[in-house]
Amino acid sequence: MKNYITVVGLEVHAELKTKSKAFCSCSTSFGSEPNTHVCPVCLGMPGALPVLNKQVVEFAIRTGLAVNCEIQRFNKFDRKNYFYPDLSKNYQISQFDKPICLGGHIDIHVGKEPKRIGITRIHMEEDAGKLVHSGSTIKTSDSSAVDYNRAGVPLIEIVSEPDMRSAAEARAYLEKLKAILEYIDVCDCKMQEGSIRCDANISVMSEDATEFGTRAEIKNLNSFRALERAIDYEVERQIELIEDGGHVVQETRTWDDAQGMTFSMRSKEEAHDYRYFPEPDLVPVEIDDTWIERVKSELPELPAARQVRLMSEKGLQAYDAENIVATKAMAQYFDDAAKHTDDAKGLANWLLGDVSAYLNNENIEIDKFPVTPAHLGELVTLIKKGVLSSKLAKKVFVEMVKDDKAPKDLVKDLGLEQVSDSNELQKMVDETLAENPQSIADFKAGKDRAVGFLVGQIMKKSRGKANPAMINEMLLKKLKE
Amino acid sequence: MDLYKNAAHELHEKLVKKEISSVELTISIYNRIDQVEDSVKAYLTLDKENALEQAAKVDKIIASGEKIAPLAGIPGAIKDNISTKGLRTTCSSKMLENFTPIYDAHVIQKLRADETIFIGKTNMDEFAMGSTTETSYFQTTHNPWNLERVPGGSSGGSAAAVVAGEAIWSLGSDTGGSIRQPASFTGCVGIKPTYGRVSRYGCVAFASSLDQIGPITRDVTDAATVLNTICGVCTMDSTSLHEEVPDFTKALTNDVKGLRIGVPKEYYAAGLDPKVDGVLKKALADYEAMGAKIVDVSLPHTEYAVITYYIIAPAEASANLARFDGVRYGYRDMKATSAPEMTTASRTEGFGAEVKRRIMLGTYVLSSGYYDAYYLKAMQVRTLIRQDFAKAFEQCDVLLTPTSPVVAYPIDGKMDPLAIYLLDVCTIPVNLAGLPGISIPAGFVDGMPVGMQLIGKVLDEETILRAAYAFEQSHDYHKVMAPLGGK
Repeated sequence: MKNYITVVGLEVHAELKTKSKAFCSCSTSFGSEPNTHVCPVCLGMPGALPVLNKQVVEFAIRTGLAVNCEIQRFNKFDRKNYFYPDLSKNYQISQFDKPICLGGHIDIHVGKEPKRIGITRIHMEEDAGKLVHSGSTIKTSDSSAVDYNRAGVPLIEIVSEPDMRSAAEARAYLEKLKAILEYIDVCDCKMQEGSIRCDANISVMSEDATEFGTRAEIKNLNSFRALERAIDYEVERQIELIEDGGHVVQETRTWDDAQGMTFSMRSKEEAHDYRYFPEPDLVPVEIDDTWIERVKSELPELPAARQVRLMSEKGLQAYDAENIVATKAMAQYFDDAAKHTDDAKGLANWLLGDVSAYLNNENIEIDKFPVTPAHLGELVTLIKKGVLSSKLAKKVFVEMVKDDKAPKDLVKDLGLEQVSDSNELQKMVDETLAENPQSIADFKAGKDRAVGFLVGQIMKKSRGKANPAMINEMLLKKLKE
Repeated sequence: MDLYKNAAHELHEKLVKKEISSVELTISIYNRIDQVEDSVKAYLTLDKENALEQAAKVDKIIASGEKIAPLAGIPGAIKDNISTKGLRTTCSSKMLENFTPIYDAHVIQKLRADETIFIGKTNMDEFAMGSTTETSYFQTTHNPWNLERVPGGSSGGSAAAVVAGEAIWSLGSDTGGSIRQPASFTGCVGIKPTYGRVSRYGCVAFASSLDQIGPITRDVTDAATVLNTICGVCTMDSTSLHEEVPDFTKALTNDVKGLRIGVPKEYYAAGLDPKVDGVLKKALADYEAMGAKIVDVSLPHTEYAVITYYIIAPAEASANLARFDGVRYGYRDMKATSAPEMTTASRTEGFGAEVKRRIMLGTYVLSSGYYDAYYLKAMQVRTLIRQDFAKAFEQCDVLLTPTSPVVAYPIDGKMDPLAIYLLDVCTIPVNLAGLPGISIPAGFVDGMPVGMQLIGKVLDEETILRAAYAFEQSHDYHKVMAPLGGK
């Protein structure tokens, strides 16, 4: 079998968190009763007309600047025509040949080498409503209801260059993009609520080929994991096809997460002819330098800059810093907790270790983490000061997530203060040595392991509270007498 | 007293002087409707109860001594493609036979604020596509000058209602001549304002870049009066012009001395009925006698206007009419077993032949591979047509043309669609260029009214109103009542 190169480009739709919809004044809030955030405009009532919400343009500019795009001065909207019951006008107001942003990039790290992923374009458009089927799909349902609350919610579509060469790179790109959108506060980025959605264009080419292979567009990728799995599946499917003497056809496929497979939705021949034409109900939008400069000056710190800051100011390793800044909420949590400890490295370890494990286990995000940053910072400080051993700290942590109390109070409640009183410790050392003459003999015979055994016995006796460093020192002193 | 024979500005005086009441006036209109509507068929929906209630309200306001707006208490009719909250709005289509809007068009809001009275909704060509009202799903309106002839269209019901005394004033909409041509065919005044002067919010869209609401009235003063009420900035319409609206009645000075009237030769070409030509030549001579200067001008791209229009308008319509899918409102086929099938069946059954023809035309010209050859090219020609006008207006202040090359023709449905399309040659270029145009009665040919069109510069409704008013005041065509008989 030949070697194949994976080629992936992503189209990411992000719902903008404007207060009102793109072309009317209805609320954009998620999760309300069906059809409560609707009006003649977003319902597509006869005679109703769209009026552009300027905030949409503002957010698109902000995004473009954050991913190094060139902002286009002249902007117009187009109608994208297709029939679907969730599309109230049966055309979507979008941007076709004149997107607001062109030619940007995002830098990602997979392994050690940094890599630059090109961004082709970003354009503004409106979302459709939502179908609620009585069955599992529109085709197998007796009836479907439509909720137009989402109809007209503003979206930006961010189209990448086909620059990614693996599922891991695609994931890293999407994670980085998501982080940026969060940092600049234009999108909620809740994949499970659909506020960020991803389609992948996937193809394979043999190592010696000079042109990309035929691509398939994969839809319905609603999580990072789905994205990775779909790419891996699709690459394997395409290579198998080619190896069997067939060829990949250009088509749209959908990812079935339960089955872990992609299925053909429509071929190139069946593809919609969207019959784009300029939206006559809207006037062109001119973006001047003043506007762009103002948005630029208001851009918040972006993940890359924050990573550098954590490395230089807090002394974090690149890998830890990158993971901490991967979400705005985590980075904020780190910054808040760091005010309560000098041990930034220790804090990072806790966040990326026990805290992340807890979040994964509970399937929640850091913003729902029950422990306040101050308390986690204090916990790290207690360890640093030797008040708590790492082992006992984990016990305290288990209590903290149940009941967010100050760790030093919990240590008291649980009776877990480390014993560092040398008289008390000396007593334990003497007792233990008296109980284990064989270990003393072993040590004298040159078996250093005996020390470890004795430390363990003392820790047991103290129910883990003895200061291990002090015991170690005292034991050795006594044994060498 | 035949109150229905009066113009709005005359009735306003009578109301203010308390010579008549609004209730009395409104009742007289409904009585007139009872007498003639069977032969005219101008209305699709009447709203008598609300109209009388509103009239009583206006009478109270007058009794209290409060000042009233010029249209307060004066009955008008609304074309059935203008959204009226709580009052059925059908666009003369089976698709919207039972559709009641949930909101008022911007013009309706303005008219309500002025305490006017809505008699009912008028017949039209289906979705404003047609020039005769014959494409209406419900009925064909008859020309009050000769009931066997068409009233013109698409605002044929609005024009016929005014001319037959079934309303004092009315609103129409004009995409390619739909106000001016029926005004011409029925011998009344119709004005299509500058694109963006009047909000389109609530006017069921046919071709968004061309549609404009405007008044249809007995005389020029009423046209200016209605225009005063409906013009103005609207935050719900992005194409609404942020321009101050003058008091148009102030333009009615009866003075055209030194006014340069351009005569574009392309509008007096083959296809123009020689008798209509004669009426217009006479009008030009009259203007000259009043002190105006007649200037020969050329609009060289006129011959491409109709074809350009029949690319752009259907293209926009194909998208605008996509929302009629049976999902949220309007006609729904109940036999279909899937959503796509339901939409296809609803549209197949809900739309008439002319609407379907234009949707297909529009879909075709926007299709991948054809866009550049049709739509893009048409947009370029549209620019040339606009430039033609700009050039001509360097030499003159207004243009005087026929509104239609012919007078109203018989109702027989036999005319070839293409032949009808071509008759809109004088009105279509005005929409393509976004200019204001007015049609006023200029005389008669064989007992049928002939309209003349005055075209103005962008936002210069005042000059065409001034010219129209001067002509009207030196003639009495607008005072002749239509006979409501056969030929």
